[in-house]
Amino acid sequence: MKRPSLGSLLFALIPFVAVCFSVALWDRVYPMVFGIPFNFFWLISWLFLTPLCMWGAYRRETSTTTGSDRQEGGAL
Amino acid sequence: MSPSGMALAVICSIVAVGSLVGFLARYHHKMDLEQWTVGGRGFGLVLVWLLMAGEVYTTFTFLGASGWAYSRGAPVLYILGYGPLSCVVSFFIFPPLWEVGRKHKLQTQADFFQARYDSPLLGAFVALVGVVCLIPYLQIQLTGLGLIAEVASFGAIPRTPAMIIGFALVAAFVLVSGVRGVAWVSVIKDFLLLFAAVFVGLAIPRIYFGGIGPMFAALAQAKPDHLVMPGATKSLGHTWFLTTVLMVSLGFYMWPQYFAASFTARSGRVLRRNAVIMPLYTITMPLMFFVGLSAVLVLPGLKNGDLSLLLMVRKTFPAWLLGVIGGAGALTAMVTAAVQLLAGATLYAKNLFRPMLAPGMTDQQVAKVAKIMVLVLTAGAVLLAIYSSVSLVSLFLLGSAGVAQLFPGVVLGLFSRRVTTLGVFAGLATGIVVTLSFMLTGHDPYYGVNAGLIALGCNFGVTGVVSLLTSVRVSGLDEGLPALAVLPSGDGTEAA
Repeated sequence: MKRPSLGSLLFALIPFVAVCFSVALWDRVYPMVFGIPFNFFWLISWLFLTPLCMWGAYRRETSTTTGSDRQEGGAL
Repeated sequence: MSPSGMALAVICSIVAVGSLVGFLARYHHKMDLEQWTVGGRGFGLVLVWLLMAGEVYTTFTFLGASGWAYSRGAPVLYILGYGPLSCVVSFFIFPPLWEVGRKHKLQTQADFFQARYDSPLLGAFVALVGVVCLIPYLQIQLTGLGLIAEVASFGAIPRTPAMIIGFALVAAFVLVSGVRGVAWVSVIKDFLLLFAAVFVGLAIPRIYFGGIGPMFAALAQAKPDHLVMPGATKSLGHTWFLTTVLMVSLGFYMWPQYFAASFTARSGRVLRRNAVIMPLYTITMPLMFFVGLSAVLVLPGLKNGDLSLLLMVRKTFPAWLLGVIGGAGALTAMVTAAVQLLAGATLYAKNLFRPMLAPGMTDQQVAKVAKIMVLVLTAGAVLLAIYSSVSLVSLFLLGSAGVAQLFPGVVLGLFSRRVTTLGVFAGLATGIVVTLSFMLTGHDPYYGVNAGLIALGCNFGVTGVVSLLTSVRVSGLDEGLPALAVLPSGDGTEAA
C-alpha cells in the first residue's frame, strides 16, 4: 500500500503535539479566555484547528497522486 | 398528565418514529449479507459521515461525558483529546483499508486479518477479541437506556425492565433493517442530539449562573482543583492524560464496528474527507461538560455522576423537554447498540463460527447465524448490565484497551511487507494478556500510565521481533496473501 507522504505526516503531527504531548504546558485555569478556563479553551480551539491541519494533509496527499485524482480532489 | 407520564410519552414517540424510519429504510434494497453488513458499499460522504458520527458519538457522549465532568473534573478533557486525534489516525488508515476491502470483498475487521495474513485462525482470534470487547461497549448503551427510563419516570420504571424492553426493540430493528436502516435513524438521532446538547449546554449554565463564563468563575472560586488535572481524582494526572489520549486515539478506529464502517464508503476519498471534517462534530462534548460542571455546584453529592445531566434537566425544565432529551438519548443508545450488535454478530458468524465449525456454510446460512447471534449478544449484554455497576467511562476504557491491541496488525499489515502472521499473532496475544493482567488486578493506570498503552508497546515490540525472526512465505506473496498483491513490489518499502 502506498505510504503517506512525509508532508502529510508532518501536518498530522501538529494536532498530536498541541493536544496530547504538550498537556503540562496548557493544563491551567488562568488566563481564562472568553470566561473559559485556559485548558478547556485550548482543547476546544483544536477541534477547529485540527481540520485545518488535516485539510493541509489532504492537499498534500491529493497533489502526490495521479491526474484524475487531483481533479477530483480539487472539487472539495 | 403527570410529569413522568408526559416525559415517558414523549420518549416513546421519539423511539417509535426512529424505529419506523429504520424499518422503512430497507425498502428497495434486497437484503443479502453484503447489503446487510456494508450497505452494498455505496455510501457517499453524507451517509458515511452520518453513520460514523452516529456511531462515534454515543450515549457515552451524552451521559458519560457529563458524568465524568461532574465526578472527576478536568480529566474528562481526555475526550476532547482523543476525539480529533482519532480522526487524524483514520485519515491515514481508512483509505488504504477501503481499497483492500473493495479488492477482496471484505465485510468485517477479521476478514482483513484473514486475507492479509492468509490465516483463518488469526481471523477467528481477531473476531473473538472484537466480540468480547464489544460487550462492555454494548453494556454502556444499555445502562444509558436504563438510566434514562429511571430518571424520566421519576423512579416508577426500574432500570432492569427498561433495559430489557429497549434492547428487544434494538434487536428487532437490527434483524429487520441492517446497516442502511441504522444510517437513516442516525439522521434523526443526530439532529435531536445536536439540539439537546446545544440547548442544555447553553441553557443550564445560563439559568443557574447567568452564562458559561460566570459558571466557570463560580467553580474556579469554589473548587479550583476540579478544573485542572487530576481534578477530583488522585491518579488521573498529566501522564495519564497523555498516555490515555494516545492509546484511545490509536485504537479508536480498531473498534470492529467503526472499522467495518469504512467498507460502506463509495471511495477512499470519501473517507479521507470525512476524517478532515469529523473533529468538528466533537463540539457537542464541551457542552456536555458544561452541564456536568454546573451540576457540581447545583446538585452536589450525587453518588452516580452519570445521572448528573438527566437530573439537571429534570430539575430545570418542564417534563416534555425532559422527554425530548431523554428520547434523543434513548434513540442514540439504540442506534449505537444496533451498530455494535451488527458488527459483533457478523464477526462471530463469518469469522469465528464458519471457519472453525462449519466451513461449508453458504452466505445465507452465515446471515442466519449472525441473526441468532444478535439475540445472544443482546441477552449477554443485558445480563451484564443488570449485574454490574461500573461507570460508563470505565467500561469504555476497558473495551478500548482491548481493541487497541489490533492496531499493530492493521497498520503494519497495510504499510509493511515484512510483518508476518506469527508476529501479529504473538503481538496480539501479548497485548491482550498484558491488558487483562493490569486491568483485572486493578493496576490501571499503572503509576499514572494507561495500562492499554503499556500493552500496546509490548504488542508492537513482540510483533516486530517475532516478525523479524520468522520469514514471510515467499510462495504466498502472489496467491496466498491476497492483500499483498495490492502492495507495491520492490520499491524499497521493506521495513519491519
